[in-house]
Amino acid sequence: MIELTGAGKSYGSRCVLRGLNLAVNEGEFVSVVGSSASGKTTLLMIACGLLPPDAGSVSISGQPVTDFAPGAAIVFQNYSLLPWLPAIENIRLAVEGAFPLWTAAQHRDQAEKYLHMVGLGTAGAKRPSELSGGMRQRVAIARAFAVEPSLLFLDEPFGALDALTRATLQQELARMCSEAARPVTTLMITNSVDEAILLSDRVFALSRGPGASLSDPVAVDIPRPRAANMIMREEAAVRIRARLFNPAPVEVAAHVHASA
Amino acid sequence: MKSRLVAMSYSLVGVLLVCGVWALLSSVVAPDLPSPLKTWEESRLYILSPWEKRGEMDQGILRMAAYSLVRVAKGFLLAIMIGAPLGFLLGSSPVFHRMFDPTIQVLRPISPLAWLPLGLILFRQSEPAALFTIALCSMWPTVINTASGVRSIPQDYLNVARVLRLSRWKKFTNVWLPATLPYLFTGFRLSLGIAWLVIVAAEMLTGTPGVGGFLWQEYNSLIYSHILLCILTIGIVGFVLDRLMGMAEARLRSV
Repeated sequence: MIELTGAGKSYGSRCVLRGLNLAVNEGEFVSVVGSSASGKTTLLMIACGLLPPDAGSVSISGQPVTDFAPGAAIVFQNYSLLPWLPAIENIRLAVEGAFPLWTAAQHRDQAEKYLHMVGLGTAGAKRPSELSGGMRQRVAIARAFAVEPSLLFLDEPFGALDALTRATLQQELARMCSEAARPVTTLMITNSVDEAILLSDRVFALSRGPGASLSDPVAVDIPRPRAANMIMREEAAVRIRARLFNPAPVEVAAHVHASA
Repeated sequence: MKSRLVAMSYSLVGVLLVCGVWALLSSVVAPDLPSPLKTWEESRLYILSPWEKRGEMDQGILRMAAYSLVRVAKGFLLAIMIGAPLGFLLGSSPVFHRMFDPTIQVLRPISPLAWLPLGLILFRQSEPAALFTIALCSMWPTVINTASGVRSIPQDYLNVARVLRLSRWKKFTNVWLPATLPYLFTGFRLSLGIAWLVIVAAEMLTGTPGVGGFLWQEYNSLIYSHILLCILTIGIVGFVLDRLMGMAEARLRSV
């Protein structure tokens, strides 16, 4: 369980986030939707322990967070693969860090297994620069799942991808979550309301900064598996979208919609 | 292909023009300056049998250059073996940086001619004194470039190292070192250039066989054309060294 209580962050005199209260329950998939430059990434960095908050507190399973949470994995928006290592080595390095007691063969097998799982079984020897954006993000997703995380943080994982690749990878991610080695508690940051509705159990809206704060959560009661084209029309989805936009001022809603 | 030929012929014209000015100068204003033709005639023996050893200070020009290169290689290796770790320390620790940066900025502009006597006092022999001088003068670009390379490692990579829970050693070999390698090589290239500048001064003062030592001896023997031979050799060898390091650097950047 991830819990933010009154968390806030300022850079100098500029207040980015203010009084954030957020709880992600065990095994739950929660999304935070916000427009660009609203402090979304800062929120995620605070939640995962890479950035200490100035105010309030962050705890994971009741323990206060001081460093990157144990048992956690993260997917960054810009892939953040190490460019000098081939795809398979990028994953293997993560596996080695997560399971230091395993043998070298086990490390390699685990890395290959997850590279296969994202459909890149034959591209392991390629460097990130030789892969397309979508393939790089697949490697990054494989790297995150290969450590068998109990906590998963996603920082606009598909933000840099074209619409078609984005749709495919959203489904892949949903599949990976349902097939994961153990139940994954997930916190995703996105600028797409539809993406949030497609993947999440609950969705928060982040108001526009500076001093951004969170709306009340909206539960997504659409049964899984969900298809992207259904989500657009489904009555429940329309209702959720309306509720997410409603508490925010009109101007904010329009902005979120435009960037979605 | 054709444009390359044109470019090469331009370079050739440039060289010929410089030789023309040189010949003009030697015949009109500076009678002590040997003309290109005289330089060639008096240096022919050294160039055509470049590897021959006739005496301690009477050897083919390539052999002389090789002595200098070996000395430079030793001094340069010493410099980067000290300079690179020092650079990593300075780049990674702000405290360390604040502590030693002023000292480094003061030591950096000191001429090799100033260090050499100190080396001679400390080691009492010309060879270690020369290495000491080369290392001390040439390590600064490596130190400074490595430090700035470490400081400019993208935050993304540092986050990855933290998120993947890399051990100190793995963090160094998988993130820090590859991320700073291009900077490191820029430092090496500049350091090697300085090492080659220093060697001439060091050999001149210590009188050891090598291009610089040969140059000084021929000055004392009043064979001026050999001075020009040495100057040209120093230039060409320095150019080749820089090109080689540049090629290594370009290879690294393309990765």
